Amino acid sequence: MNVLDIIGPVMIGPSSSHTAGACRIGYITRKLLAQEPVSAEIDLAGSFAKTYRGHGTDRAIVAGILGMRPDDLRLPNSLEIAREQGFVYRFRTVSLPRCHPNTAIIRLKAADGTSVEVEAASIGGGNVLVTRLNGMESAFAGQCDTLIIPHRDTPGVIATVSQILSFSGTNIGNFKLSRPAKGRLAMMTIEVDSLVPQETIRALRALPNVENVVYLQAKPEDDGHA
Amino acid sequence: MPDYRSVAELAQCAAERGLTLGRLVLADQAAQMEMTEEELLGIIDRRLTVMEESAANGLREDLRSHSGLTGGDAWRMHMNGDKALSGAFCARAMAVALAVAEYNAAMGRIVASPTAGSCGILPGALLPMMELHGAPRQQVCLALLCAGGIGLVIAQQATIAGAEGGCQAECGAAAAMAAAALVELSGGTPEMCLHAVAMALKNQLGLVCDPVAGLVEVPCIKRNAGGVMCAIAAADLALAGIRSVIPADEVILAMGEVGAALPCALRETAQGGLAATPTGLRLAEEIFGRE
Repeated sequence: MNVLDIIGPVMIGPSSSHTAGACRIGYITRKLLAQEPVSAEIDLAGSFAKTYRGHGTDRAIVAGILGMRPDDLRLPNSLEIAREQGFVYRFRTVSLPRCHPNTAIIRLKAADGTSVEVEAASIGGGNVLVTRLNGMESAFAGQCDTLIIPHRDTPGVIATVSQILSFSGTNIGNFKLSRPAKGRLAMMTIEVDSLVPQETIRALRALPNVENVVYLQAKPEDDGHA
Repeated sequence: MPDYRSVAELAQCAAERGLTLGRLVLADQAAQMEMTEEELLGIIDRRLTVMEESAANGLREDLRSHSGLTGGDAWRMHMNGDKALSGAFCARAMAVALAVAEYNAAMGRIVASPTAGSCGILPGALLPMMELHGAPRQQVCLALLCAGGIGLVIAQQATIAGAEGGCQAECGAAAAMAAAALVELSGGTPEMCLHAVAMALKNQLGLVCDPVAGLVEVPCIKRNAGGVMCAIAAADLALAGIRSVIPADEVILAMGEVGAALPCALRETAQGGLAATPTGLRLAEEIFGRE
């Protein structure tokens, strides 16, 4: 936390958790899809479900999905902008008793059928935490660069990934492994302290047993420093 | 370098280096964020501009929130400003605080300082200092950094989230930050800033978070007007040389403890206090029934 988190962020009101955080959840989901989205199904739980219209949570999430930041002046009109662009969205309120009170689940689709499912919580002050990705447990805030690596659970794959990162001079700030079952599909969530070079990402993608590498880059403006 | 665990330590650091709190926070935070002091001041200056824009945009007679519950009160305060019992400065401070908070409720762009719910208090305190007392813009940016340093300590040692500590954690923290900023801007010492922090926070200790229908509108917006008045009073007391018997750091810890002791119904859940009054419940039903 620094002084710009206290005198800031600059945001569209009325609520840092219900509006700014909600926008950030939509924005992160868009980045994880890594393509232009065409449709979204959005489930809102807890306090999000109860107060989303009054707080503009629906407008904020769709704004984020369309690529707007929490301080974008177009945010209050995002639903109208979505309709103009032919972007299809549907909101549902659901009950998720085990989740943080401000939780959303977004299923986002691209034109070629690629999709991503993100469960994330708005944990206060506009900060968010992605808790599940495509059905697997995860934990990242999207405020530093993050690598998401779905892989086959085999001996040595984690060691090889961390070795390649170490060769590129990348320091790992946080590491989370989700492994629902032995020997099946698993997922690494790795938060890093610096930019990961493209050749390193290519080397990671080329590894046997690595299914994919998604690199979520946190741009400086994502901290609201602009 | 300060670790923002104690406001007394901040003041001591500033005194040792012959700096104001604002200058100390500027030097320290610029170094921490790996930018120059000019760059950090530039960012703060742009945030001050956002505060000015939100104050101007919120001062509209026809402004309404999405729920229809609030809007237009800043305009009323502004129009009645020259008759205000508390004088031109306080009248303008309340009008600005209301304007920014109402603009926030209407999905306008604001600076959360420290939170969206309390976003009117710092602009309410600082814009009239520029407009009516001729405070130079750069000094106001430094005063914002002074306020930010105080806010960092409150966030770390207590909380600035209504869901954790009630309104005292949001409007209380904002008033304490604004009080310090006003004292520094008026030429007070870092020690005086601390007494202002203590007195502003003490006067809002125990304030609960009880938003009608769970929305950041009632009573939040008017608590921004109350909060800025509390900040001005604390600043005037401190500038007169009045000292808080309980040191600021202990008041901050007490605020955190009071917050933790508040029942859940009084911490942003809209289940107690004003939210649970007959009128509060009726309004909630009207708003959500309509949607």
